[in-house]
Amino acid sequence: MSGPTLLDSLFQRSLEDLIKGLRLYVGDESTFISKSLDEIRREIKSTDPQTKSIALQKLTYLHSIHGVDMSWASFHAIELSSSHSLNFKRVAYLAASLSFDPSTTDVILLLTNQLRKDLQSPNSHEVSLALNALYFIATPDLARDLTPEVFILLNSNKGSTRKKAIALILRLFELYPDAVRVCFKRLVENLENSDPGIVSAVVGVFCELARNEAKSYLPLAPEFYKILVESRNNWLLIKVLKIFLELAPLEPRLGKRLVEPICDHLKRTGAKSLAFECVRTIVTSFSEYEFAVRLAVEKIKEFLNDDDPNLKYLGLQALTIVAPKHLWAVMENKDFVIRSLSDADANIKLEALQLVLAMVSEDNVMDICKVLINYALKSDPEFCNEILGCILLACSRNVYEIIVDFDWYVSLLGEMTRIPHCQKGEEIENQLVDIGMRVKDARPQLVRVGRDLLIDPALFGNPFVHRILSAAAWVSGEYVRFSKNPSELVEALLQPRTSLLPSSIKAVYIQSAFKVLTFYVHHYISTKGVISSASQGVEDLMHGRVQENPQFVRTGPVADSDTDDGGLNPMMLHRPVRDVSVESFEDMSVAHEWLSSTSSKVEPITEESIVSILNFVETTLGPLSGSHDVEILERSRNVLGLVELIREELLGYLVKREEDNDKGQRKTHEMIKLIAEAFSEELGPVSASSQERVPVPEGMVLNQNLADLDAICGDLGLHIPTSFSFGRSISSGKDDVTMSDLQSKEEVESTESTSLLAEHRKRHGLYYLQSQKKEMVYDDYPPANDLKTGNNADDEADDLVKLTEQSLFPKKKANQAKPRPVVVKLDDGDGPFIPAKKVESKDDLISGAVRDVLLGDEATTSSSRTKKSDKSSSKRRQKDKLDIDKSSVLKEDSKALENSELENASLRRSKRHSRGKEKKHRSIAKDRDEHEEGDKQKVSHNHGKHKSRQRADVALTLAAQSPVIPDFLL
Amino acid sequence: MGIRFILMVNKQGQTRLAQYYEYLTLEERRALEGEIVRKCLARNEQQCSFVEHRNYKIVYRRYASLFFLVGVDNDENELAILEFIHLLVETMDRHFGNVCELDIMFHLEKAHFMLEEMVMNGCIVETSKANILTPIQLMDKAS
Repeated sequence: MSGPTLLDSLFQRSLEDLIKGLRLYVGDESTFISKSLDEIRREIKSTDPQTKSIALQKLTYLHSIHGVDMSWASFHAIELSSSHSLNFKRVAYLAASLSFDPSTTDVILLLTNQLRKDLQSPNSHEVSLALNALYFIATPDLARDLTPEVFILLNSNKGSTRKKAIALILRLFELYPDAVRVCFKRLVENLENSDPGIVSAVVGVFCELARNEAKSYLPLAPEFYKILVESRNNWLLIKVLKIFLELAPLEPRLGKRLVEPICDHLKRTGAKSLAFECVRTIVTSFSEYEFAVRLAVEKIKEFLNDDDPNLKYLGLQALTIVAPKHLWAVMENKDFVIRSLSDADANIKLEALQLVLAMVSEDNVMDICKVLINYALKSDPEFCNEILGCILLACSRNVYEIIVDFDWYVSLLGEMTRIPHCQKGEEIENQLVDIGMRVKDARPQLVRVGRDLLIDPALFGNPFVHRILSAAAWVSGEYVRFSKNPSELVEALLQPRTSLLPSSIKAVYIQSAFKVLTFYVHHYISTKGVISSASQGVEDLMHGRVQENPQFVRTGPVADSDTDDGGLNPMMLHRPVRDVSVESFEDMSVAHEWLSSTSSKVEPITEESIVSILNFVETTLGPLSGSHDVEILERSRNVLGLVELIREELLGYLVKREEDNDKGQRKTHEMIKLIAEAFSEELGPVSASSQERVPVPEGMVLNQNLADLDAICGDLGLHIPTSFSFGRSISSGKDDVTMSDLQSKEEVESTESTSLLAEHRKRHGLYYLQSQKKEMVYDDYPPANDLKTGNNADDEADDLVKLTEQSLFPKKKANQAKPRPVVVKLDDGDGPFIPAKKVESKDDLISGAVRDVLLGDEATTSSSRTKKSDKSSSKRRQKDKLDIDKSSVLKEDSKALENSELENASLRRSKRHSRGKEKKHRSIAKDRDEHEEGDKQKVSHNHGKHKSRQRADVALTLAAQSPVIPDFLL
Repeated sequence: MGIRFILMVNKQGQTRLAQYYEYLTLEERRALEGEIVRKCLARNEQQCSFVEHRNYKIVYRRYASLFFLVGVDNDENELAILEFIHLLVETMDRHFGNVCELDIMFHLEKAHFMLEEMVMNGCIVETSKANILTPIQLMDKAS
């Protein structure tokens, strides 16, 4: 198709036609749009600017409203921008600014000359069009090429142009940091302008700059202070307050000066926006000035009692900021906060929720949670889960710092599960398991709650709580020794409704059933063993001793710690039998409670009950042994295998009860015991960061792509199984390792994986770092649950101390009904390691994009401004004193700057780096004026009069000589 | 940067004007607008005019059938932005006389030019209605 004909131009549809057409068109909008696009494609090629401009106009419309791609038309927009008519130019620039992508549109550079021409145009409308377009399409190249033009505009007579140029300059700084050196002085000068609009624009720029790196702008504080005191323009004041919000924490002396005028504004102003900004500034940065905070809280109260939901919301938000330092402010408004929990607005409710949680402490956590749960029951699902999430978060903070009564908390978790909207399955699951591992005293209650959850048929219906059920199943299996009725647990775990669960959770159920069953049968067998023990072998007697004789247990809890000495060996096969009982009855008080109760009243285990359970297990799991899911298949087979085994055992018992010494029967007996022992091994919490703390050996290259693993495997040949699959090596290495080396290895703590790993390391030493380093890593995690070592007892004490120290309201624990149980904490000695890493990554992130441009740039910013502002102010005779202060502050500043420069060393910045050094020289040695002068000339060669520079130097030396105490705001 | 974007959306959720002060691709814009519209339009008069979304704070205000939504940085003064929105509406009202959705639809460019006068690089640079409207009046005269 060729270009548009005359006819096309004559009958071209206008933008209005297009819009009307679109509105009237019945049917699929996109067909109409694609038809119009075809037209536009033809028209836009026209040589007639009118036709072209209308086509571009239509295209821009379709682009911005209907999301039509117009990157193909970028060249046409550039073409049209050179038109002499302002209106065509406008269309062109608008199209450019709405559609060009500075990073991908390659024709942007073609605009450079046109933009330059327009920026220099005498027509202020053309200039402002160009400024606008430049903002949207600026690339580093454009910024570099056009900085001089924009610099000139910073002094434009026309207010609107100047304002735009000022606002634009920020963008240029970002893209082309060297622009700072050219433009900064003028920017600062504009702060003195009489037009509040212009000042406002400059302050806006500084507000943005200060947000990224406030330090460099401290020297400008006097100027900002003047604005704060003198201006009555709310927009301007808000921006200045924002700047001071950033500056105040850096310079404590600022606070004293600022607090008064800010309070004045707060008292005087009728504008809510300014009032709120004052409040926010006070509570964020001046919270140590009691009277100011009082005033701010008064204002907040006013906001809270306003009918406008906006003010309510902001008031609550301000309270949230106050809360950490002045909790009284929240307490004063407690009623309002609680009432806001049922506000019509979800955002307000959320803020209120945050505040309620800010009030939580050890003493009121139960009450607050009760209130919150009530609200959760009444609210919509979304907010309900917000509440639950917040409770979970607040209570688990710092390893359950505020929880004293874990029985209560565990029950609360159970209660949460029953809330119909509950979707916090994962979090509750984690906490249930976590508490189980950390808090021994909570285990009996956990098992009770777990049982209640397991037998509740209603819970299967909510898929979100399935994970909690999984935790309940795990807890019941792991701590089955606290259960009052194991057989009931087996039934609950294998009930038919479990088919509603996802297979991974079902697998947990089956595994737990396995544990419970083992425990149950083991218990039965050993009881029998005791009862019919008269003729039994010594070993059996030993075994039965602790576990089955409640009296013995009661009288001899000490015996356990003794027996443990020999129990370093975690392997079961050859360890003294009594270990089991030690493991499973570590918690004596609970244990004999159970024992006495079971042995006396609750559910005497009989052969019949065992047989019926076995039958039950067989009938329910039988079908599953053909399951398609490997986990389920495997585990149910395991259970069935166990059932087989027990049957044999039972039969043995029934048939030849009097001939215990029979070999085969003994074997099964032993095996069941073994399994039971294996399950009673305790699991401890593992630090989330433990994996990270394993150092990567030097010289080891971790490939992302494992494709070349084949080659390595080929080389290693036989080594592979041992060196790569840890799981295998642990299980197979058990016997030899433990028997020979382990007992002698006292320093290795008793968990088996550690010792095995240590052995493994010994064998394959070359894969690891030197032994010293290993030791260090290992010292970081003593097995958290090994409570018998004195070492650990100390830790606990430390933990408790820490707890009391950390709690927000350290009240005496004396008035509590029962002491807080011990919560096992991991030794968080990872301090130096992880934070260091974090800092690094932060550096990476920021320095990558922003800091590279801004921060390093800020250094120059202030370095150039240092002189420039000096110069400019030195012109103002009456400000001499100010000058002195400023420059002496600058010295401090420059040191800091140098530091920051050192931090981000990069090629581009190396130049500036040396300059920073020179600045330091200047501040230290005063006799280097000449040197410095030369330096300065280099920096500001672009502009600046020699004369003023010299005068600045005079001021500077003056400052350096007189030891003035810098006070910004004199 | 202060203001990140300005949207005008009608009751049905159709975008009538979109001005971004940072570059987003068409897909990103569409996704963002969709999410915001879903979040904000469902809210009623009794609820506050601030919504947090992604890393923005959205300050919005409804005038008849049109929602004015401004996405700002998190530390921007919400009330000032509400005032800005009101100023924008007043300015349009002065120019169009009883401004309505259709005015903005058919004069999208003018709306953009007004914004260009008022906001630069996300900062509010002009608050005088007369000044904002001068270039547009000039444009009307020329055509």
